[in-house]
Amino acid sequence: MINFSMSKQQQMVKKEVAKLVKDIVADNAHDMDESGQIPADAIDKAWGLGASISMVPEEYGGYGMADSPLETALVLEELAFGDMAFAVAVTAPSLFITPVAKMGTEDQKKKYLPLFCKEAYAACTMALNEPRFGFDAVDLKTTAEKKGGAYVLNGEKCFVPMGAKASHMLAAANLDGKSQLFIVDTKNPGVKMGDREKTLGMYALEMNRVVFENCEVPAEDRLGGEEGCDFDAFLQRSRVGMAAMAAGVTNASYLFAREYAKTRVQFGEPIAYRQSVAFMLAEMAYEVDAIRLMAWKAASALEAGKDAKREAYLAKMYAGEMAMKMCDYGVQLMGGHGYIREYPVERYYRNARGFSNLEAMATI
Amino acid sequence: MLDLEYSEKLEKVRTSMNALSKSMLRPIARKYDEAEHEYPKELDVFRGLSVMGGKKKKKDGDTDKKKEKVASDTGTNLGTIVTVEEMCWGDVGLLLSIPNAGLGNAAISAVATEEQLEKFGGKWAAMAITEPESGSDSGSICTTAVLDGDEWVLNGEKIFVTCADRCDAVVVWATVDKEAGKAGIKSFVVEKDTPGFKLEHLEHKLGIRASDTGTFVLKDCRIPKENLLGSSEVKKTEGFKGVMKTFDNTRPMVAAMANGVAKAAVDFAREKLEEAGYNLDYSKNPGNLSAVEKDFYWMEAHLDAMRLLTLRAAWMADNEQFNNLEASMSKAKAGRYGTLITQKCCELMGPLGYSREYLAEKWMRDSKILDIFEGTGQIQHLIIARNILNLSSKELK
Repeated sequence: MINFSMSKQQQMVKKEVAKLVKDIVADNAHDMDESGQIPADAIDKAWGLGASISMVPEEYGGYGMADSPLETALVLEELAFGDMAFAVAVTAPSLFITPVAKMGTEDQKKKYLPLFCKEAYAACTMALNEPRFGFDAVDLKTTAEKKGGAYVLNGEKCFVPMGAKASHMLAAANLDGKSQLFIVDTKNPGVKMGDREKTLGMYALEMNRVVFENCEVPAEDRLGGEEGCDFDAFLQRSRVGMAAMAAGVTNASYLFAREYAKTRVQFGEPIAYRQSVAFMLAEMAYEVDAIRLMAWKAASALEAGKDAKREAYLAKMYAGEMAMKMCDYGVQLMGGHGYIREYPVERYYRNARGFSNLEAMATI
Repeated sequence: MLDLEYSEKLEKVRTSMNALSKSMLRPIARKYDEAEHEYPKELDVFRGLSVMGGKKKKKDGDTDKKKEKVASDTGTNLGTIVTVEEMCWGDVGLLLSIPNAGLGNAAISAVATEEQLEKFGGKWAAMAITEPESGSDSGSICTTAVLDGDEWVLNGEKIFVTCADRCDAVVVWATVDKEAGKAGIKSFVVEKDTPGFKLEHLEHKLGIRASDTGTFVLKDCRIPKENLLGSSEVKKTEGFKGVMKTFDNTRPMVAAMANGVAKAAVDFAREKLEEAGYNLDYSKNPGNLSAVEKDFYWMEAHLDAMRLLTLRAAWMADNEQFNNLEASMSKAKAGRYGTLITQKCCELMGPLGYSREYLAEKWMRDSKILDIFEGTGQIQHLIIARNILNLSSKELK
């Protein structure tokens, strides 16, 4: 039933994350971006909220709370509002935890979830993106081949968030034409952990190139066991996650540019008094809302247990287009000041590109 | 709790309205596009039906208010915009021609007293605001109303009146005190056969040709004193704002019209693309799509965004939340992107998009008005900008 108001629980979650972001990220985002580092204690504090593990049943170390795509979308938006790199770093483990919890076999859940459902942040991640033109999550060039009691992975992955720190990852590979996920120990001799990626945005986020070279994965570590997993179900959730983060980044750009336009005086009055400026801000205002509503729409369907292939796909596509366009406005509205790294809008501009170029930097 | 899924009830409204639209409006869409100014007699069956949310005022306010406090998606505004979208999927010009569902009816049901409801409730009421020298600046209208004994005497000229020929009465905006500016503007119900009230001519338009649009001249037109809607008092602060508040309900409705026409274009494009062998399954990475596929998904995504902004504005109205900003947001987005989506549909269809054999070209003409009437896209942006920047109309002109 259509309802645009948040429940008390949803308001509380949003408020809590917003407070955390304000306390520990807001003033540091610039320094983190410049230094390329996120302080470990900042990540630990965000981890302490338990967002990534709350839906994992208690028997595996989680909080056993209801799986709520909508709540997770709220969390991701708030985190990304603070800083995109921080948001991805903090939630990277959910790229491993959520698919295992939702689609893993009983043995897989027992074996792997307790490793990460702990008080302290322990990195695990997913290797999905591939460094090539024409990359497509449903047409992977990294292959998995069944040989005896194992799957053998070969291929190259890029932008694996927290890759070098992770003890385990879910590797996405093409098995007989279908994308499938495999639980891979990063100490596996077939895993070649590459250098840290140099990227357009998210300077603070550690991401690595990973090469699988005849990487043997025991058959029981194929996610979902012999039958495999519903990879599309994962894609849906990750696409909604990306759209939710896009709302956060775009909102940050909008609010900063709006404040600037109200205080920047030229020709004797604030530039916000000019329609050419004010109308761009008006557009930013409703496009932030539109991106968010697109994410919520898909999340609502998932929350109701429905398939959201269409909604998730369109939400990510919309977010990718409009986050870029609106963060462009953010820089443009500030003129030369928008181009200077002292102000955050250039960072939002760089980060916004990722929403259409990358898959699965986060999931709900 | 947040939830953007339609309830079963709302979904039922949607599917039944779509079926109605498909069987009643779509088949005659082309006919009345060509027969401009001819009354679509097929619409007579709708007389007496409240399609555009002709909600009657309840007498016992208390019990109703309690009910409305509970968040629901079965409210009047939400039901109306879902209905309007589906009807406009059939034909927007015809929706605008549905008897007894004019903008004037919306204005009457919003503010009328019980006596006025009794008198005018059953009539088809059009709305006359615009004048030759007063478009977006509706506060500058020159039509005057002067009280003379028990009658108001109206003088002036009104243009762009929807359903001008077909309606039974017109809600006319006029000033009772030009010095008082916007505060002096009041609305009056003028019945069609009133002496001094003349339909001067009907316009020929780019689109929505099924809907007649006319010019009225009021020359010493005398109407009963009690035909004034709302209070006759000239309040410096509230008067005009009260009149403008109607727009918070009607703008999402116009947005819903844009959504409906855009949906028609999206559905048609999908049908033709699938016939041509395209597999539109939302799975390929957008970077690997053909230009045509990408354009199609672009149309669909923006339509969803338009609809969500519209649903929000309507839901807020149903739940008694002030939605001035959100109403304008929905209208700004839907008006503009409805135009772009219908243009895109024609572009994608190639020769089919330029032919009057199909409706795509008509939707492109029809949707343009939805970024113009009930406040142009530019006016919506102005309202949004003043809201978000907290600027007055003097500061942000």
